Amino acid sequence: MKYISKFAGLALGVAALSLAAAAPASAKVEGDTIILGSAISLTGKYSTNGVHAQNGYELAVKKINEMGGVKVGGKSYKLKVVYYDDESTPARGAQLAERLIKQDGVKYMLGPYSSGMTKAIAPVSEKYRIPMVEAEGASRSLFTQGYKYLFAVLSTSEQYLASAIGLAAEIAEKNGKKPSEVKVALAFENDPFSQDVRAGVLDDAKKYNMKIVIDDKLPRDLSDMSTTLTKVRAVKPDLLVVSGHSKGAATAARQLKDMQIDVPMVAITHCEAADIIGKYGAESTEGILCPTQWAETLSYKDSYFGTAAEFDALFKRTYPNYNTVPYQAAQASAAVLVWKEAFERANSFDGDKVRDAIAATDMQTFYGGIKFAAEGNNIAKPMVLRQIQDGGYNVVAPSKWASSEVRWPRKAPMN
Amino acid sequence: MLSNFQLLFDFPVLNIELLLNGLMIGGIFALAAYGLALVWGVMNVKNLAQGDFVIMGGYIAFVVYKELGINPLWALPVAGIVMFGFGWLLYGLVIRWVIGRDLFTSLLATFGMAIVIQQLLNLIFGPDVQTADSGLGTQLFLDSVPVQEIRVLSLAIAGILALMVILFMKNSRMGQAIRATAQDPRAAKIMGIDTDRVYAFTYSLNAAICGVAGVLISMIWVIQPFYGIGHSIRSFVIVVAAGLGNLPGVIISALGLGALEQYGGFGFGTEFQQAIVVGLLILVLIVRQIMQARHRQVVQ
Repeated sequence: MKYISKFAGLALGVAALSLAAAAPASAKVEGDTIILGSAISLTGKYSTNGVHAQNGYELAVKKINEMGGVKVGGKSYKLKVVYYDDESTPARGAQLAERLIKQDGVKYMLGPYSSGMTKAIAPVSEKYRIPMVEAEGASRSLFTQGYKYLFAVLSTSEQYLASAIGLAAEIAEKNGKKPSEVKVALAFENDPFSQDVRAGVLDDAKKYNMKIVIDDKLPRDLSDMSTTLTKVRAVKPDLLVVSGHSKGAATAARQLKDMQIDVPMVAITHCEAADIIGKYGAESTEGILCPTQWAETLSYKDSYFGTAAEFDALFKRTYPNYNTVPYQAAQASAAVLVWKEAFERANSFDGDKVRDAIAATDMQTFYGGIKFAAEGNNIAKPMVLRQIQDGGYNVVAPSKWASSEVRWPRKAPMN
Repeated sequence: MLSNFQLLFDFPVLNIELLLNGLMIGGIFALAAYGLALVWGVMNVKNLAQGDFVIMGGYIAFVVYKELGINPLWALPVAGIVMFGFGWLLYGLVIRWVIGRDLFTSLLATFGMAIVIQQLLNLIFGPDVQTADSGLGTQLFLDSVPVQEIRVLSLAIAGILALMVILFMKNSRMGQAIRATAQDPRAAKIMGIDTDRVYAFTYSLNAAICGVAGVLISMIWVIQPFYGIGHSIRSFVIVVAAGLGNLPGVIISALGLGALEQYGGFGFGTEFQQAIVVGLLILVLIVRQIMQARHRQVVQ
């Protein structure tokens, strides 16, 4: 037995050595190609969204290369991304980040999918002072660690539903009520992301001095929240906010309908991911407010993809199996645009110069404005609130980008 | 938290809603728990895959509803038949080799089956939550308590099914053979009963009952490949509280558990709905232990 394990160890060692020998010594810029690296979830529980992100990266790389590539020092360079599959496990992600940097010599990184994976990889890129532009990690906690090399193009999680509070205050004023009279019911899953969302909602509610009448936590394996909704029926809040990933959205939408809960305003995260319109029909989901990072109906634009709608069309042409373009793909494309402009502004491949150029980013894209705070999060793009109206998602807040009037109050879904 | 209980006094009608919701979902819990008690009592196998059978039934309803586009109520017989066959298959592959072995062998084997079922469901259907819609509406009871027709129907179906199983156990040849085997497998064998077949039938019947429960669950709650464990724990709590071979006890503790979950979720927040079930299991075990200790003293 001992001999076998020794032999296995030896074989593994030889395999590792040969792999190391096969990897290029330095891959930051090869000939006329700039190499970006990313560990991303191509298998495992995040694979759906991981593939969305990869498609977003690839589309932007293709577009930039078609438009002449990246110009640094008077010369044009093509972009290329090296991927590893992190299998949706944080430990594997950290390993692969190490491998990208140490063995493959990657000097510029794109992020993985999800806050959890980003949390695992960011310490590695930080250690080697490799700048990483990420597009899929929204957790607030990523930007309180003092990271200098982490930049995110998306809005952080505490902003997800803050606009719902603002909208409730606006509506209260319109109806001659004080915002402080608004009663808010909260039901949030007890996980880092949802609790971040909750913290943002609480902050904003405090600003208006609103009253929190219910503050329930939801379990990880949620399949019934009828008790929370029974309470909602009793205390009659003006706004109900639910966040618990797809299962939270699926359960809330089903039981709001089944129990005929009558709340004038309901906001839920992950409506699109849970496909609540497809599951329960347009009628019973009418009026639900859903936050999103990006929507193709917004009037953002840039010189690469044109408008948000044009990006949407191009994406669908390139990947015909998509009916709608997930925002995860759009923000991944935006991250690549940040790299392109940063290289050109730095006019150099020096790691720290490029890092400073990223930090100084202030640009408009089809995905929205991008400008990084000192902590690395994007402060130029608001979260958008969409309302389900007649079976479609229409942007209703913030008012600057709204394409439709908010419908208020929401009627109890009758069946 | 206290204010939540205060609400129950301020709005007494909420009690009716919680009780009704709890009792109606409890009826479905009773089905899976009865199946567990059956397998436990007859074969002395503690089936940890119980909840996963329930979820499988739910996915059968989902397929009937989504892929075939027909009302998921039709999935009731389908799930019963498919799960009966699946139970027979599992018996031949796994269970027959662990009957008569010690406690841990059967626990490990059924736990392993649970993991395999979860992962297979995850591979086939993906990790997203799914539902099936019965298309039934909601009625107002006493003008203020909404009652979902599907919940009432589920309770009725659960009741009818339980009655059918009881009659089957009492009157049919196979039912008698099952009861004989439960009492003394060796004597049953000597009397010419094919105990292997009896075991296979018992295990398959359990899977079928769970499948039907799962169809009902998918029309009331939501299902996901990894949600089985909650249903397994509920079944164990109910059976342990009621005691083996005590069918009225199983029904009463299932209904009680359903109601208690609702009150717990209401008072402490939905997060604690299932925590209460587990807490109750510990409590029941402690009480049982004390009772048993007393019992031993009497024997001495």
